Amino acid sequence: MEFPALHQKVNDAPLVYFDHAATAQKPRKVIDAMTRYYEFDNANVHRGVHHLSQRATRAYEEARMKTVRFIGAEDPSEVIFTSGTTASINLVAQSWGSAHLQAGDEVLVTGLEHHANLVPWQMICTRTGAHLKIVPVNDLGEVSTESVAQMLHSKTRIFAFSWISNALGTINPAHEWVRLAHEKGITTLIDAAQVVAHQPIDVHNLGVDFLCFSAHKMMGPTGVGVLYGKKSILETLEPVVGGGDMIDEVTYEKSTWADLPYRLEAGTPNIAGVIGLSAAIDFLESIGWSNIERRESELLQYALLKLGSIPQIRFIGQPNNRAGVISFVVDGVHPYDLGTLLDEQGIALRTGHHCAQPLMHHFGISGTCRVSLALYNTLEEIDQLEKALIRALRLMGKVQAQ
Amino acid sequence: MRNIPSTMKSIQDQLAADFEYLDDWEERYAYLMDLGKEVQGLPPEEKTTDNLIKGCQSRVWLTTRCENNRMWMSADSEAFIAKGIIALLIKVFNGQTPADILNETFDLPDRIGLTAHLSPGRANGLAGMLARIRHDASLALATPNNN
Repeated sequence: MEFPALHQKVNDAPLVYFDHAATAQKPRKVIDAMTRYYEFDNANVHRGVHHLSQRATRAYEEARMKTVRFIGAEDPSEVIFTSGTTASINLVAQSWGSAHLQAGDEVLVTGLEHHANLVPWQMICTRTGAHLKIVPVNDLGEVSTESVAQMLHSKTRIFAFSWISNALGTINPAHEWVRLAHEKGITTLIDAAQVVAHQPIDVHNLGVDFLCFSAHKMMGPTGVGVLYGKKSILETLEPVVGGGDMIDEVTYEKSTWADLPYRLEAGTPNIAGVIGLSAAIDFLESIGWSNIERRESELLQYALLKLGSIPQIRFIGQPNNRAGVISFVVDGVHPYDLGTLLDEQGIALRTGHHCAQPLMHHFGISGTCRVSLALYNTLEEIDQLEKALIRALRLMGKVQAQ
Repeated sequence: MRNIPSTMKSIQDQLAADFEYLDDWEERYAYLMDLGKEVQGLPPEEKTTDNLIKGCQSRVWLTTRCENNRMWMSADSEAFIAKGIIALLIKVFNGQTPADILNETFDLPDRIGLTAHLSPGRANGLAGMLARIRHDASLALATPNNN
């Protein structure tokens, strides 16, 4: 059983899990790595001379090196472990934003953002007097590169965008956008939360200044994430959280900071979580990106075909370039009702605004039903979803009984 | 002395018996949603932020009034299942005294197997609706003019 949680019944039906954009299920290898750490290696990292502490420290720093390689970074000081994408973006917004944003400056995001890449910028803009600008979304659920180019101008200080939309699955042309911003000397941040489980990331090739992601979306544990930053920029960041492990010298008068990456990792880190992340990287790499991408593309095309064959279903967002997310509504039916009636049939999908309320407003809806796929889903599960949907719609009087 | 025939307990007993009669989840939900269709709902001007119950995935608006020591509620939702839950609450609580609403047991959702299928307090707003009804009942109890 590679994914233990998937082998169970929910409401007397075999569980079909289609909520990967929220969090992915965990392979046995990740669970075992974390259990092993707690059972045999548990100790605090970095300062212990004793054997267990050294073992924990080695595992923790090896995980950092693995992450560096995984995303194509150059140096371990470029990978900061955080509690997740949200914490990573907040760190940049607070620290980089405090140093670089002034009244009248602009922060640019797109209309596709998860609240995690919106609210932190609102907060720092309120504090500094900078303005938050939004690149509009079109009816397909895409953000055009022309609009991005137009809105990147002399007042823009940072362009922060999601590479893949969690709500619609839109894949943005990240390389091109980073290049456009950098041509104008604008700092870039990529929210890669939805990317990590689906396609390889190469920050060197992207040239991006900051990139953020969470372990739990890539089959690792919750509560651990990564902030990648170019070393030259991270070196200029003032810590926003103080405490243990991030200092060089402390007196009652003042403190000095440790070197990167520790300076930005105050307090005991999520050691088990980082070890779980390391095991998740091993797992994904053991399958191989080409296999993952081929499999997910096959599932996505099949799901689009099957859901598209149900006339009551209206897709929200029809991006030409889409990752494994499908958002839809049935007119006259609240997504919550549909989600509940699918849950009764063992099918787990997401209903609601997907932490993207402004995007929902754009489409004039309060929420959608969202199917998000992962490589271990099957074509049969998509058939089950189709059947369950029709059954739910019939129950609500939206399909004629047969 | 109470002069209405149905107590909260007897209404809940009757509803629980109705649901027990149904064979499977499909019939139970169909019945619940059918009950919801009978709910009169609220006029647009009463669908205000003040009347909105927080914590529902589907929006629910709820108002109450107290006349002659009896509570009356009206509520509306954009979702069928939430409206069904509103129908149950109306059946159980409407016409009861504030004191009974605060003191009598309300275990219908557990008895009809609804609680197990609803995310804790969040998606359906049942907890929020109950909290609002009880809050208003205690206000009514503390305001003698309402009685």
